Amino acid sequence: MATSAVSHAGHASAIHVEKSGIWSWITTVDHKRIGILYGASAFLFFLIGGIEALLLRIQLGSPENTFLSAEAYNQLFTMHGTTMIFLGVMPLSAMFFNYFIPLLLGARDVAFPRLNAFSFWVFLFGGLFLNVSFLFNAAPNAGWFGYANLTSKQYSPGLNVDFWVIGLQILGVSSLAAAVNFFTTVVNMRAKGMKLMRMPMFVWMSFITQILLLLAFPVITVALILLMFDRLFGTMFFTASLGGDPLLWQHLFWIFGHPEVYILILPAFGIVSEILPVFARKPLFGYAAMVFSGAFIAFLGFGVWSHHMFATGMGPIADTVFSLATMLIAVPTGVKIFNWIGTVAGGSLQFRTPLYFSLGFIAMFIIGGLSGVMHASPPADLQQTDTYFVVAHFHYVLFGGSIFALTAGAYYWWPKMFGRMLSEKLGKVHFWLMFVGFNLTFFPMHFVGLHGMPRRVYTYPAGLGFETMNQIETAGSMVLAIAFLVFIYNIIQTARKPADAPADPWNGATLEWSIPSPPQEFNFAEEPVVHSRDPLWETKRERGGKLPEPARVSGAGIHLPNPSYWPILAALGVGSVFVSIMLVHTLGPIAIAAAVLFFFFCVFKWAFEPAG
Amino acid sequence: MAFWARAFHTARRVAPVLLIALAMAACGGTSAEFPQSTLHPKSDLTSTIDGVFMTTVWWALLVFVLVEGALLYVIFRYRGRPDDREPSQVHGNTLLEIVWTAIPALILAMIAVPTVRAIFDTYEVPAGDALEVEVIGHQWWWEFRYPQYGVTTANELHVPVGRTVTMKMTTVDVLHSFWLPQLAAKRDVFPNRITTIWFRADSAGYYSGQCAEFCGLQHARMAFHVAAGTPEEFDAFITGLRRTGTPVPADTTAPSSPSSAMAGITTTTLAAQAQADTAAARDSAPAAAQAPAGSGAELFRTRGCAACHTLDATSKAKMVGPNLANIGSRRYIAAGTLLNTDENLARWIQDPQSIKPGVIMQSMGLTLEQARSVAAYLRTHK
Repeated sequence: MATSAVSHAGHASAIHVEKSGIWSWITTVDHKRIGILYGASAFLFFLIGGIEALLLRIQLGSPENTFLSAEAYNQLFTMHGTTMIFLGVMPLSAMFFNYFIPLLLGARDVAFPRLNAFSFWVFLFGGLFLNVSFLFNAAPNAGWFGYANLTSKQYSPGLNVDFWVIGLQILGVSSLAAAVNFFTTVVNMRAKGMKLMRMPMFVWMSFITQILLLLAFPVITVALILLMFDRLFGTMFFTASLGGDPLLWQHLFWIFGHPEVYILILPAFGIVSEILPVFARKPLFGYAAMVFSGAFIAFLGFGVWSHHMFATGMGPIADTVFSLATMLIAVPTGVKIFNWIGTVAGGSLQFRTPLYFSLGFIAMFIIGGLSGVMHASPPADLQQTDTYFVVAHFHYVLFGGSIFALTAGAYYWWPKMFGRMLSEKLGKVHFWLMFVGFNLTFFPMHFVGLHGMPRRVYTYPAGLGFETMNQIETAGSMVLAIAFLVFIYNIIQTARKPADAPADPWNGATLEWSIPSPPQEFNFAEEPVVHSRDPLWETKRERGGKLPEPARVSGAGIHLPNPSYWPILAALGVGSVFVSIMLVHTLGPIAIAAAVLFFFFCVFKWAFEPAG
Repeated sequence: MAFWARAFHTARRVAPVLLIALAMAACGGTSAEFPQSTLHPKSDLTSTIDGVFMTTVWWALLVFVLVEGALLYVIFRYRGRPDDREPSQVHGNTLLEIVWTAIPALILAMIAVPTVRAIFDTYEVPAGDALEVEVIGHQWWWEFRYPQYGVTTANELHVPVGRTVTMKMTTVDVLHSFWLPQLAAKRDVFPNRITTIWFRADSAGYYSGQCAEFCGLQHARMAFHVAAGTPEEFDAFITGLRRTGTPVPADTTAPSSPSSAMAGITTTTLAAQAQADTAAARDSAPAAAQAPAGSGAELFRTRGCAACHTLDATSKAKMVGPNLANIGSRRYIAAGTLLNTDENLARWIQDPQSIKPGVIMQSMGLTLEQARSVAAYLRTHK
C-alpha cells in the first residue's frame, strides 16, 4: 500500500482497557489526558476571568457607581488581565498543543511525557496560587503590566504585588518547560515523510509560538526576579531616588509583552488555517506564504516593543523606528487574511459551527488589525494609548481573534477528544450571541476612548459623554455571558449523549481523523507514513471516497511511558520554593532550603525512576 | 407571513444605515457633549495629531470596506450546496499573493510618511517667548508651577491663548501620565527625569484632562482642568496669585529658584513633610495673631491643614498637599472629584476619606460647623 496514513484495523479481540479514576489522572503522562486537564482548568480560570470582567462592566455601567470599591476594582481589572492572558488563552492554546500536535504529527506522545505532566501541574498550582490571593483580600492590584515604581514596597506595601510576582514566575516555569517539550516534539517526532513543509499549519504556528516562548519568557523572568529582589531584599533596580530606573521595567516587560501577543494569536491563526480548508473542501491557499508570514510576524514581534511606550517620549528617532517596524507587521498579517479569504474563494462552504467561528474570527481580526495600525502612528498614539480605544483594539485581537478561533477549535476537535459531537443548533446560537455580544461590548469602546475615557479607572464623572456608550458595553457583556452559558449547556447536554462520533465527522484532511474518536492511548496502532500536506484527503482520494470506520485495536506490544507521580510532586516543589521565597521574612531562609531540597529530591527520584 | 417577510426585508435595508448613523454620531459629536474628546483639537499640537489620525482613519475605513466586503462576498458566493462536486483543488496563486503583499505595503507608506513628519514636528519645540510650566504629578493630584513668575497652583492650570506653553514634567511619587486631549495630548511623567511637551492653544475655553497611567488606588480621581484665556486674563491670574505672597521677608532655608526645586523633586514624602511643617509655621505666623479662636483661619492653622497646604502661591516650599492660594475660585476640588461648592468643600474638609478613599488627606476631627468655617475661610482665597 502506497499510503498508510490510516491505521489498519487489527484484531479487535483484546481491546486495550484504559485506566480510570482520579489517581490515573494525577499520574498520567498521556498527552491527550494532559490536554484535557489543561483545557478543563483553563476553561474554569477563563470563566473566573469572565466573571471578573462582568463585575468591572457592572461598575462602569453608570457614572460615579459604587457597586465596587476602588480597591476591589483595581484588584479585579489586574486579575482579569492576568487571568485571561496567563490562565485563559495561553493554557487553552496549550490544550490544543498537547492534544493535537502529536496527533497531527502522527506521533505516539510528546518528546518528554513526564515533563509535560510537570508543566501542567506547575501551571495549575501557579493559577490557583494567584487566585488564592482573593481569599486574603490581597489579589494583585497594580495591573497585569505591573509598572515600576508603583510595584515597589514603598507604594504597594501589601502582599498583593508579591502574589503577582511569585505567581507569574511559577507560571513562567510551566511555559518554558512546555515550550522546550513541544519544540523538541515538532523537531524530532514527525511521522515518516512529514517534512517541515508538509506539517499542518496548526503545527507550524504552534512551533513558531514555542520559539517565541523560549525567547520571550526568560526576559519577563529576569524582570520579575529584579522586582522580587527590590521588594524582598531591598535592591534598587527600579527605584529612581537610589539610582534605579522605573523605565527599565517597561523595556523589559514589553520585550516580553509584545511577543506575548503573538504567543496568544499565532495558535489561533493555526486553528483557523486547519478549519477553513476542511469546511471549504479545498486546500489552504498559499501554504508557504502562510508559514513564512507567521515566521516573519514572530521575528518582527521582537523589534516593536517600544510602541507600547510612545508616550514616554523616547525621541523622534526611536519613535520612527518602532513605528515603521510596527506598521511593517501589517504586511504579513494582511497576507494571512488574504490567504484565508483565498481559501474560502472557490470552495464549497459547509456551514457548520467551526466554520462560523472561523469566519467570525477573520471578520473581527481585521478590525483589530486596522486599529492596531492606527496607534502604530506615534502622534496618534499620544492620544490613544491608555484609553479605551486600546482596550477595544486588543479585545478585537484577543477575543475577536484568539477566543473566536479557540472556540472554533473546540467545536472542530470536540468529537475527536470526547467521541461526541457538540450540538450544531446550540453551537450556532452560541455563535450569534457571542458575535453580537462581543461587538456590543467592544465596538463602542473605540469611540468612548477617542472621546477621552482612560483605561483602568474604577469610575468616571457624569458629563463627559461616556454614559451611553458604557451602558451599551455593559449590556453587551451580559449577552456575552449568556453566550457562554449556552456553550456550557451545550457541553453538559453533549456529555449525556452516547459517545458515537465517527472517526472523521468533517471529512478531515489531517492524521487525527484517521483514528477512532476518542483516540486510543497509543494514538496510532501503526505509525503513519505521509506523502503530502493533506495526507488523509490523499488517502481518501486514492481509495475513492469515505474510509471505513477504524476499529479499536489491542495495544499489546506498543510501548508507552509509565504513569508517574514525580511530575506532580516536583511541581509542588517548584511552588513551595517560590512560596517560601515570598514568605522569607516570615518563615526564614530555612523554609527556602527545605523547599529546594524537596524539589531536588523529586527531580532525583524522577530522573532515576525505573522505566517499568 | 408576507408582513414579516417585508418587515425583515426593510429591517435588513435600514439596519446598516442606522448603524452607520449611530457610528457617525458617536464619532463626531460636539465638544460640549464630549468635553474631553481627542476629536476636537484646540491647539497646534493636537491639530497635527488629529491630521495624522484622520489620515489613518480614512485608509483604515477603505481597507475595512474592501476586505470585509471581499470576505462577505466569498462567504455568500461560495456557500456549499448539497449537490456540489469537490471544488477545484487550488493551492495558491503567486501573482495574486505578490499583489496583496504589495498593496498593503503601499497603503502603509501613505500612513508612514505623514506619521514620520508629525513625529519630528511634535518633538521640535518652536522658538520664541514660550510660557514655561512645571508639572509635578502627585498621588492623586497635579501641581503646576510657573517658574517665570515664581508662583505655584494646583489642579487648575491657566494658560494664555496664542502663546506656546512648554510643559516640563516630573513626579514626586509613582509614574503618572499627563493627558489633556484637546490641547496637549499625552506624556508620561517619571520620578527620575523631566519629560516635555508643548502646545499653543488656539481658542479660549475650560478644558479637562486626567492622569492616564495607572497610579494606584485613586487613579480615576486624578483629573485636572486648564483654563485658556486671553493674555490679559492670564496676566490678571498671575497677578492675583503673586498677591497671595505674605509680606514677611523670604525664608532663606526654602529653595530659592524653581529650577533647584525641580532638581530636588525626588525627595521622599517624609522629607517634604518636614519641610512643609516649617514653611507652614512661617506662613501662618502673622495671621495667627489676628485670627479669633474658632474662626476658619484659626482652625486652618491649628487643626493640621497648614501642615500640608499653603495659601501662598509664591511659596517655594514642597508641600504634601495642593497649594490653596486661589482655592476659592477653582471650579473643582480634590483633583476633579467634586464641584467646588461651599457644601462640597466643607464635606471634603470634614471627611475626605469617605469621598476619595486612600487619599493622603486625613479627617482632622472637625465638626461639620467647623468644616464650614474652614471652607468659608478658604472661599476668600481667590
